[in-house]
Amino acid sequence: MKKFKHILLKTLDVAALSVFEPIVRLCYGEDPRAQLRKIGKFILIPIVAFILFLGVWHVTASGIETKFGKMPTPGVTWEQTKVMVGQVFENRRSEKAFYVEQKTKAQEHETKAAQYAAAAELPKNASQKEAFLAESNAQAELAVNARSATFAGTPTIIYRVVHSLKTVFLGFMLATLIALPIGILCGLNPVFMAAASPIIQIFKPVSPVAWVPIAMILVGALYSGSSMQPAMLSSAIVVAMCSLWPTLTNTALGVASIDKDHLNVAKVLRLGWWTRLFKIVIPSSLPLIFAGLRISLGVGWMVLIAAELLVQNPGLGQFVWDRFQDNSAAAFGQIFVAIFIIGIIGFFLDRTMIILQRSVSFDAPAGA
Amino acid sequence: MSQFGNSYVELDRLVKAYPNPRGEATRVVDGFSTKIAEGEFVSVIGHSGCGKSTVLTMLAGLNDVTSGNIILAGKEVSGAGPDRAVVFQSPCLLPWMSAFDNVMLGVKRCYPKATRLERKQLVEYFLSIVGLGDAMHKYPKELSGGMQQRVGIARAIALRPKMLLLDEPFGKLDSLTRMDLQETVLNLLNEHRITTMMITHDVDEAIFMSDRVVMMTNGPRAKVGQVLDIPFERPRNRVDVLGDEMYYDFRGCLIDFLEGQDRRKHGEPDASMPEPKPVTKPETVQDLMLVQSPAEVSAV
Repeated sequence: MKKFKHILLKTLDVAALSVFEPIVRLCYGEDPRAQLRKIGKFILIPIVAFILFLGVWHVTASGIETKFGKMPTPGVTWEQTKVMVGQVFENRRSEKAFYVEQKTKAQEHETKAAQYAAAAELPKNASQKEAFLAESNAQAELAVNARSATFAGTPTIIYRVVHSLKTVFLGFMLATLIALPIGILCGLNPVFMAAASPIIQIFKPVSPVAWVPIAMILVGALYSGSSMQPAMLSSAIVVAMCSLWPTLTNTALGVASIDKDHLNVAKVLRLGWWTRLFKIVIPSSLPLIFAGLRISLGVGWMVLIAAELLVQNPGLGQFVWDRFQDNSAAAFGQIFVAIFIIGIIGFFLDRTMIILQRSVSFDAPAGA
Repeated sequence: MSQFGNSYVELDRLVKAYPNPRGEATRVVDGFSTKIAEGEFVSVIGHSGCGKSTVLTMLAGLNDVTSGNIILAGKEVSGAGPDRAVVFQSPCLLPWMSAFDNVMLGVKRCYPKATRLERKQLVEYFLSIVGLGDAMHKYPKELSGGMQQRVGIARAIALRPKMLLLDEPFGKLDSLTRMDLQETVLNLLNEHRITTMMITHDVDEAIFMSDRVVMMTNGPRAKVGQVLDIPFERPRNRVDVLGDEMYYDFRGCLIDFLEGQDRRKHGEPDASMPEPKPVTKPETVQDLMLVQSPAEVSAV
């Protein structure tokens, strides 16, 4: 029991959720007064603050009349959330129905194909036989088509979230692959740093929106593959262009500020370049590298929504734009739902990165 | 004695100068010379900031030599290398590796032809002789300061160095741990005779551990002031050493020198080269002392 409590507390700590620590301690009956006071201060008050925020939102929104009708209140937003969840289930139902229908269709075609094939076996004149065979083949082909048909409903919010996450990770990967080696070289070599510095300084402050046309034009000109939608690739490139800087600068800083004692160890052992890199330089700068990656992913997620909106990549950004085009009060409410979804996903991405960051930093407590 | 006689290691007129804001060179160490025989344990003692550690880091190759020569086993030394293993004041373990892996890093480097099993056995051997047989796979943060320093010592010895350099290795430890570790190092050296130079400002530590104590004058322009031979038999035992009547003579001699340096510093700040205050030497030590005058040093 005691051990379980320890593990629980440690998990909360690693997940940066130590706000909930007093609840665990209270459950184990540890100094209830102090725990209750902590719960009041750090859990109840935030909840009250959020309720207050909803109140202010409600009052403000009720007084604003737009061309889409009233500005959505928390209540309307909640209604639209339910509508969107309903659409997800509705979509799933019709998808299922579609595949069942396709399957029966395919089976019908298959039986017909078999019948024609059997008829072709009977002794008839050659031209009739050929006609039956052709019909049999046509039916078989129809069956194959029916089986391989995919459901093409309107993309649901789930589909969009997944698509956005795929795009942001693709962009984040690209950014990391570029930023890490350059950052390490910058940190290791002051001359390289001096050479790269003007380029970094110029491109770092560029707005994501400015990269959009460039990315679209370049993808249009250079990408002819079919494994990925060009819109997705363009969005990912925009994400990469904006999110590589925090990783790059943090990596450079981490590598450049390695403890001199650790470098002395490398010198005394006369470690080779690669051994020094992998045994000393990278491990020692990992905490800062991960701090950079975390900022990068946050920036990437923010940039992604803008990029998707402009490039029409079917993720959350495009959803916001679609709803805007819809010109209805319901659609306006759904934009608010999208805002919350974007925020909550961003929060979870950040949390994931915090946990990763903590698990690699050697001075903080390691995983539970 | 070996083919190198009593100069297995030779430090010849070492100078370390740093440019100061006025554009001149401040000589922190100015003409440090000494010779160390193979297997000898030499301590360098002096006040904080006198440049003792500078001498050691120059010998280790971690600090450039402004002028002068360092010869180790007949060869001029340049740059750092595993033939001169260093134990620093802070243990300098890599915190992302266990004690075992920290030692393994050096073993891999110095025994490139050994098999995996042989290397593993070597690491285990070196960790167990510093008393860490039970804590091999712990990470530095899980070890106390004394245990971390033991890993540092194991890592240094594991390199099979020609020379062991100890830079105030016990400076950050409490006195009980310090005594423990002093004995650990002496036992190690009884088994693996390694030429050793230790920097310290602890008089008792210097006498207990060394064959010879080199006393450094106060910096800047620090150099060898006096040299004291400590002829106690090895292996040494703390009780016997403390019980020996010569012990207190040696101690008095070292403290007299250090206090003399203090007086020079505070009494005559302007005198460029004051004569060292005559040290009253106990008779028993008289013939063991080698007083080096500046003239002698430059004649070496």
